[in-house]
Amino acid sequence: MSADQPASARPPRRETVTGVPRSARRPPGHAPARSEITEQTSLGATYVRSLMRSQLRTALIALGALVLLVGSLPLLFSLPEVFTTSDLPSPAPFVWAVLGVVVYPVLWLIARWYVRRAERNERAFSKLVEGR
Amino acid sequence: MNQAYAVAAVTVVVLATVLIGALGLRISRTTSDFYVASRTVKPGLNAAAISGEYLSAASFLGIAGLVLLQGPEMLWYPVGYTAGYLVLLVLVAAPLRRSGAYTLSDFAEARLESPQVRRLASLFVVGIGWLYLLPQLQGAGLTLEILTGAPDWVGGLVVALVVTGAVAAGGMRSITFVQAFQYWLKLTALLVPALFLVVAWLGDDAPRARFAEPATFREHTSVRVDDTVRIDLDRPLRVTVTGTVDDRRHDREPVALDAGVHRIGAGTELGFPAHARVPQKAGSERTGASSWSQPLASSREEHPLYATYGLILATFLGTMGLPHVAVRFYTSPNGTAARRTTLVVLGLVGAFYLLPPVYGALGRIYAPELSLTGEADAAVLVLPDRMIGGVGGDLLGALLAGGAFAAFLSTASGLTMSVAGVLTQDVLPSRGVRHFRLATVIAMAVPLGLSIVTVDVPVADAVGLAFAVSASSFCPLLVLGIWWRGLTPPGAVAGLVVGGGAALTAVMATRAGLPADGWSHSLLAWPAVWSVPLGFLTMVLVSLATRDRIPAGTAATLARLHLPEDLMANDSTGVSGGARQR
Repeated sequence: MSADQPASARPPRRETVTGVPRSARRPPGHAPARSEITEQTSLGATYVRSLMRSQLRTALIALGALVLLVGSLPLLFSLPEVFTTSDLPSPAPFVWAVLGVVVYPVLWLIARWYVRRAERNERAFSKLVEGR
Repeated sequence: MNQAYAVAAVTVVVLATVLIGALGLRISRTTSDFYVASRTVKPGLNAAAISGEYLSAASFLGIAGLVLLQGPEMLWYPVGYTAGYLVLLVLVAAPLRRSGAYTLSDFAEARLESPQVRRLASLFVVGIGWLYLLPQLQGAGLTLEILTGAPDWVGGLVVALVVTGAVAAGGMRSITFVQAFQYWLKLTALLVPALFLVVAWLGDDAPRARFAEPATFREHTSVRVDDTVRIDLDRPLRVTVTGTVDDRRHDREPVALDAGVHRIGAGTELGFPAHARVPQKAGSERTGASSWSQPLASSREEHPLYATYGLILATFLGTMGLPHVAVRFYTSPNGTAARRTTLVVLGLVGAFYLLPPVYGALGRIYAPELSLTGEADAAVLVLPDRMIGGVGGDLLGALLAGGAFAAFLSTASGLTMSVAGVLTQDVLPSRGVRHFRLATVIAMAVPLGLSIVTVDVPVADAVGLAFAVSASSFCPLLVLGIWWRGLTPPGAVAGLVVGGGAALTAVMATRAGLPADGWSHSLLAWPAVWSVPLGFLTMVLVSLATRDRIPAGTAATLARLHLPEDLMANDSTGVSGGARQR
């Protein structure tokens, strides 16, 4: 998007601006989309909504991974009991290994993925807003 | 266990806490330093402080005790405590920091623009904080009693005095240093003895811990029973008795006990032969209830799958609403730092939780009688003496004792800090450092008084209750407040009262022993499975019904919660300032 297009396209808002010398250039990096957000226009709200939606999507993917990888474990552990087939090996060593060790790196990796993705979303949003 | 070493270790930990607190006092200059450490705490330091605060005695001692008693199923506790941070990171960490509020009450007020919601949130913060402080103080008393034989109120009093002093003197900045120090102390105190114990275990031909069958004594063991217990024998047993069994006095006599229930009098000493099975406590009676090791419900085995999911929901979702956890996020410089801090916390907490199960499994092999005497929490403390012995065992035991005390101190200081913060802002008349100090004294005095008056509040119940209430009240408020535009003040109030109230009532009813068994018992003992959805549903439905009460500033608030700080900060100086000057 190029500078000043959205702002000049909305004449009613321009009428309230008084006494600002034309020569005063806006500081660099001060893009119109940003003032749309602070002035809470419907366009600004749309910007915020888009960021929220992308962050929520990232959060839900991370939660989904948590539910799938960790939340399903109790069901998995109770399977041998359901079938009560005595020829199956005891699940105890598996339970120890998973709950005692494996689960922690898995949680950390999900978290690291989320942090990177969320920061990327924010960077992309900043670029969009500042029109660069 | 050598008392002199243990007392010395506890003294060193207490002195170090006071010293570091005093150091913070020299740095802590402004009111902002006091409350939020001027919001300049770097992720590494802040993460160590958060972890140090979070890893309470329930983690340091309780998990090993639970594993000793009930086996690897209990590992869901540490997994839940850790995963709670992942949920917190994903759903609330950065927006909570960006809200710019200091306590959960501040968040409620900023988001919903309603003093009523604020007051209700404050009530929950103080309530959950006290629920969590009470077991810390009682646990400190119990530990000091086991270590030194001091009366059980001494430990609680020591913790209360040290914490009140450190918090009131230095506020958040000194507490940040104290807690970061205590994380590393706790990790060291658990890691070093664990290495020695594992070596000793390998040198002993690495016997396997068996959880599927009753534990057995490895050698002739004599056990002193401090509180009267009823034991249930499934096969006849020959023991040497000094004391009373089934109301008959014996003096170092061999006694043959039939299969069935027997009553062992307080102060009785039982001598078990090698390879005898450790008797199980008779089911219904829960004596010596003050223990983290007691499962929340005695009927866990009745509906284990349901109980496990109850535990998972309470811990996964409850962490974000714990007052001392939430308050720490305000000390991060910005939302991005808050996220990175949480990532480091996940690593630190996860690394710590690798250790307690080791103690639990070793305790099952080398100290099985702890399940009989109701002191399973002491497993971590007695193992060095039991497995290594001599001066080495004493030194390692002292290290563990110091670590356990650090656990009480750090969690108690964090809780006191957050409760005192809410009391200063919402209860006491004017703000300021002096009132904060007064609030600190009140925040600690109430649970200390309760811990002395109420003797047998089961610690696990109090901790689990705090998690369940927090998951059913603050979790819906935070998640909906951050992600949903439609939340209204009446909806938030209704959700807090219905969700949190239902969880509270359910666990209280279980404590009172209302439904003895069956599904109704399981449902009430593990309320999170239904009370969390209930809280969410109430909040959503009432908000939808009162749609005209959506706060006017919702859009602006949500923009502030989700936009990166650099955008918002430049705006305030760039747009409004620029327009005025030019």
